[in-house]
Amino acid sequence: MILELTITLVKIFFIIGLTVGFFAPVLTWVERKQSAIMQDRVGANRADIMGFTALGLFHAIADAIKMFTKEDFVPQGANRFLHTLSPIIAVIPAILTFAVVPFGGQYELWGTNVNLVISDLDVGLLFVFAIASIATYGYVIAGWASNNNWSLLGSMRTASQMISYEVTMGLTIIGVLMVYGSMKLTEIGAAQEDFLSWGFFMQPLGLFMFLAASIAENKRIPFDAPEAESELVAGYFTEYSGLKFGMFFMAEFIEMVTIGAIVTILFFGAWHIPFLSAATILSWLDFLGANGANLVLMLIHIAVFFAKVIFFIWFQMTIRWTLPRFRYDQIMKLGWKILLPLSLANILVTGLVILAIQ
Amino acid sequence: MELLIFYPLAGLCVLFALGVVVSNSPINSAISLIGMMLGLAGVFVLLQAHFIAILQIIIYAGAIMVLFMFVIMLLNLKGKGEDDKWRSRDKNLLLTVLSGLLATGVLYKIIDIINAGDFNSPALPPETFGTVREVGTILFTEFVLPFEVASILLLVAMIGAVVLAKSKVD
Repeated sequence: MILELTITLVKIFFIIGLTVGFFAPVLTWVERKQSAIMQDRVGANRADIMGFTALGLFHAIADAIKMFTKEDFVPQGANRFLHTLSPIIAVIPAILTFAVVPFGGQYELWGTNVNLVISDLDVGLLFVFAIASIATYGYVIAGWASNNNWSLLGSMRTASQMISYEVTMGLTIIGVLMVYGSMKLTEIGAAQEDFLSWGFFMQPLGLFMFLAASIAENKRIPFDAPEAESELVAGYFTEYSGLKFGMFFMAEFIEMVTIGAIVTILFFGAWHIPFLSAATILSWLDFLGANGANLVLMLIHIAVFFAKVIFFIWFQMTIRWTLPRFRYDQIMKLGWKILLPLSLANILVTGLVILAIQ
Repeated sequence: MELLIFYPLAGLCVLFALGVVVSNSPINSAISLIGMMLGLAGVFVLLQAHFIAILQIIIYAGAIMVLFMFVIMLLNLKGKGEDDKWRSRDKNLLLTVLSGLLATGVLYKIIDIINAGDFNSPALPPETFGTVREVGTILFTEFVLPFEVASILLLVAMIGAVVLAKSKVD
């Protein structure tokens, strides 16, 4: 009982530490650095301590200090309570999603079965989906509570965009469910041990639709009409400053990590290495003894998983700095007239293929 | 242990439900309704019905309420005093009496059920109760006719909405 509790607590601290403590601040730096590289600039190299810049990494610390010390401004006529509540609603679901995300398989260590997921829910995949839909309110209420027409327009765009792309996202997920026959993210991950059974080969169309829909859900370029700075000042967070603005910012970056993790689990073999099964690695590590080999295997799998996640974060950033923003009507057209019929067709074809194989 | 979670959840549900009714601004009512639905999802989890709980969040709290909020924002319904379109609704006597009668009827039925039921020794549900597989199996065997009828009804409603909207545009 106490052992289980300790293991769970360690997992929770690991995940929160990694997302809030590592990914969120470091990604602010990565985003600047990557845009600088792609636009042939030097970028993010001004913040220094005694002339030492650490490649601009101190910008993350400078950002944090700025956000904590900036004035927290609530505009006149705004709803103070909702104005404060909405950034919290936006950031909590982003972190909460990781409760069901497995970052490794199951390992036998000193007689204890370690399952590298905080909560192995039967409805895991749907949980991710449900939590993502709750995050919408953070953005929608933010614009409403700001008493600013730019914010309100941003909120309305958020609401309609999220509703539109949630449909596609849900239908894409159904294709994956049909292939692997489970909603448990751990089981979907474990089913992809063989390289050719990766979701990428099973649901190639599903992968691209899921990526498009999830980037739209995260409201990043090319789907950033809700915050479009050249049209709506900054959309729903126009009236936010200081730590509250920082929370919206953090939510966006953590969501990038979440998208990377979900795409990795559903489509890119989770923690598995292509053509290298866990049994093979274990046989190589035989000299460490059963426990030692399992421990090293676990660390390898965690590293492989996060390497894949980091690849997808890089991929999202590359898209962000490559494409221009879509027009609002183009976003709606893509969602309802292209992605929705395609995802329905995807389900039909998947069903037919499964029927033919059986 | 279960009661320790149930009472705060149920209390929150009731508070949020009251908030929906008494709140002056439509947006506050909508937010209260979301809170109520989340609380209800919690009660479903307590009843071992994880799948239903998640569906409650996805469909009601996640999708339908976002549409509600969207419509409220689109029509720009403000709170008390700022816009009487919203407030004038509660002056209709016939509606008040009818909804009062309806509420009394529902309450009577609930009391009836509570009196008839035996709540002291609930049977433990089987291990598979409430899982996706179980709900799906029941839905597609025992209740397949009501399920399909309901989906046809939704389809008809959708087509009707499109027709209504289209005739206005043309």
